Amino acid sequence: MLLLLAILIAFILYPILRVLWVSLSDETGGLTLIHFQNFFRRPLFREALWNTLLSGLLVVVFSALMSLPLAYVLARYEFRGKLLLQTAATLPLVIPPFVGAVALQLIFGRSGMVNLLLMRWFDTSLPFMEGLTGVVLVQTLHFFPFILLNTVVSLANIDPAMEEMAQNMGCHGLRLFRRITLPLMLPGFIAGALLTFIRAIDDLGTPLMLNYKNLLAPQAYLRITTVGIDDPDGYVICVVLVVLSLVTLLAARKYLSLAEYATAQRSAPVTRKLHGKKVLLLWLLCGAILGVSLLPHIGILLLSFSKVWSFTLLPTTYTLDNFAEILFRAPHFIKNTLLYTLLAAGFDVILGAAIAFLLLRSRLAGRNLLDAIATLPLAIPGVVLAVGYLRVFHGWDFPGLGGPLTSSWLILVIAYTVRRLPYTVRACYAALQQVHISLEESAQSLGANRLKTFAKVTLPLISGGLVAGGLISFVTSCVELASTIMLVPRIELGPISYGIYLYMQSPLGRGAGAALGVVAILLVSLGTYLTHRIFGGRAGNAFRI
Amino acid sequence: MPPAEVKLDGIGKSYGEQWVVRDVNLHIRRGEFFTFLGPSGCGKTTLLRIIAGFVFPDAGTVYLDGQPVNHVPPWQRNVGLVFQNYALWPHMTVFANVAFGLRERKVARSEIERRVMETLRQVDLQGTENRRPSQLSGGQQQRVALARTLVIQPRLLLLDEPLSNLDAKLRIDMRIELLKLQRDLGLTTIYVTHDQEEALALSTHIAVMNSGRIEQEGAPRQIYEQPASESVAAFVGKSNLFSGRVLQAKGGFIEVRTDDNLIIRAASHTSVVSPQRGDEMLLSVRPEAMELRASGSSVGTNQLTGQVAASAYQGTFIEYEVQLAARTLKTHTVNPKGKALFRSGQEVTVTFAADDVVIVRHR
Repeated sequence: MLLLLAILIAFILYPILRVLWVSLSDETGGLTLIHFQNFFRRPLFREALWNTLLSGLLVVVFSALMSLPLAYVLARYEFRGKLLLQTAATLPLVIPPFVGAVALQLIFGRSGMVNLLLMRWFDTSLPFMEGLTGVVLVQTLHFFPFILLNTVVSLANIDPAMEEMAQNMGCHGLRLFRRITLPLMLPGFIAGALLTFIRAIDDLGTPLMLNYKNLLAPQAYLRITTVGIDDPDGYVICVVLVVLSLVTLLAARKYLSLAEYATAQRSAPVTRKLHGKKVLLLWLLCGAILGVSLLPHIGILLLSFSKVWSFTLLPTTYTLDNFAEILFRAPHFIKNTLLYTLLAAGFDVILGAAIAFLLLRSRLAGRNLLDAIATLPLAIPGVVLAVGYLRVFHGWDFPGLGGPLTSSWLILVIAYTVRRLPYTVRACYAALQQVHISLEESAQSLGANRLKTFAKVTLPLISGGLVAGGLISFVTSCVELASTIMLVPRIELGPISYGIYLYMQSPLGRGAGAALGVVAILLVSLGTYLTHRIFGGRAGNAFRI
Repeated sequence: MPPAEVKLDGIGKSYGEQWVVRDVNLHIRRGEFFTFLGPSGCGKTTLLRIIAGFVFPDAGTVYLDGQPVNHVPPWQRNVGLVFQNYALWPHMTVFANVAFGLRERKVARSEIERRVMETLRQVDLQGTENRRPSQLSGGQQQRVALARTLVIQPRLLLLDEPLSNLDAKLRIDMRIELLKLQRDLGLTTIYVTHDQEEALALSTHIAVMNSGRIEQEGAPRQIYEQPASESVAAFVGKSNLFSGRVLQAKGGFIEVRTDDNLIIRAASHTSVVSPQRGDEMLLSVRPEAMELRASGSSVGTNQLTGQVAASAYQGTFIEYEVQLAARTLKTHTVNPKGKALFRSGQEVTVTFAADDVVIVRHR
């Protein structure tokens, strides 16, 4: 317990508090609000704050518009090919947003497919990918499944008796939807929307890839990397980001707890079977929405096989060189990713299981503190965590390493472990919760001691949940960019996401970057597929908080 | 609206190959408290949902007040339904829950206020109108669900195991309240339950269901005292069943030799057809009709001798299992107050009157 608490405080709480402290202290170490005043006095920062809020809001609005019809269709109708649509709806999650950003440049960018066609036919072009529009477009296409999955789950969880009762009372059709269905699914929907908002404002990769810097996350990154680690402005931006995320997270939690109340007692979902023309209509509607969201996948795949692709609709020459580059000439990106993420997943499972065990099976004082700290990373943007680590561990020789932690690749493993810990804790907690304490007690009353009980009863029962928790950690760490680009000590120690970022900096490297992107997509798809296999029909739960 | 009468004409429902409701013909009269009784999965809830309009029957017609309603959607039937889990809307207060149906019917605001308050008083819930369902106890939630349905003055009240989520004592209290309420309002009520005690206590009529069919329909006394089939005898109360052949029939009595070689005398008036020598019979005797005496001192029409195999003290009565040569008998003996009870292993004689033997089946 104490060891756990020490680990969590050292790698989560302390770095954050240090960031907060720097933002609040002057040169002499006294308490001051001057840096915050400066922040709000500078038009650049005010604009970045405003842009961040605006883009987050727009992403949520557009995602909601995409998700709501899809969610209703997926939750309430039964028709041919529904499984295919369901799968397609989760695919945006397997492509890292900054990879998607590159692909969308090729399709919607200034000299992308769509604008080339527009030029050819109408002699005009539309600035889809310029500035904030581009960021919002990329993030919407990537993040809308969070709203979709949350809404589908909350729709499916509504007790059918709730609606039947209203029908029995004389209510039906749209009125039924407005008075009963909508209010009951709203908490789940809002929770999904708030999560999407957090993701959108924390995202560093997309604005960097699109070269749009006037948002909080890239501003923090630029401050720290260009002005220097001692510049208080960067820390102030970090604190503002954390506050935004924290407030949103708390609101989401409140709504999720509200969502519990309408959970079904009778598990017969009311789905209507559709045939004929109506199915075609649904397919057109869903296909249009999902088709757009799959464009990044197609773009990146084309780019990875292309030698030259600029100012043309499609690549002009195809090649396998890009894959040769990343597999043979620079294989360290993939190797590093596997090493870091698997290690992080392992640590996450150990920590997550231990925390879940303490929370559910012990009465130790302070276990709620443990829970609170372990959940905190949900509200800490990758940039902020990285800044905190740089501040705390830079220039301080870590015992046994012969150098500071920040010059070892271990810092990346630690960052990944911490960032994904909340998800693993939740998965382990859910798994352990399924094991009723009486199962353990009956083993003990039959003569098994604590250790044997754990090994023979508890562990086999929770192993599925543990593996799933590890997979969630693995999947999301694979494509983690924000903390990565700040913490990678040397180029040859970088993982895939870092490699993609590097390659994409030059036009010649884009093919190789795309090839790495394809590898990342494959890794994430594999992990997601395995998670689905383990979670079964409840796979959507993995992407809730 | 006056209470409705319901006619079910050849109702059937199948899911794939499986017929969950088969050929149900029933006539439920105005003001009746009619119970569908049966084990889980017997089709009773499906039948109720067919009447409410949530399940479309694959065969037959439902008539409400003489009108076929198969194609009338649930929201136009004006039948009140109370769900097993109450289905109270968590996002509305108690008042809003109860007022819902009236608002749907575009009743004036002041009228809504008055009727909701009156109905809440009727179910003894005054003062809870601003609370949320989650802040109420199970019994209170149950009464909100009832009030929500009663307030619209439905022509028919459908209750789907409404008491099954309450604890034992509350269940019995609510049973009496429900009975009073229904008799006062004179509302035609269809009640679904698997609890035979509840069915016997509440109903004016019972239909016992088994695998989608109606096994027997009748008043509670008739169902209990003259079960028409083996499954009714076994499901409603406990029964000792004997199958065998008629040895002789004369003077209103028959003598049956059972498959395990017991001789049982029964009054033949409970049989529809007059029994003949050689007929096959299934007989039932209720545990409380059997009397236990110490061996040797016996009088009575039917006497079977055996040993006490087990006994369970139940307070008002004692449950004895008596081991005969090839079967055990279940018997209930009224607590003899202070006198000695039979011991396990003791030799006893079980006696019962010919009138207490019910001819369940005769062919």
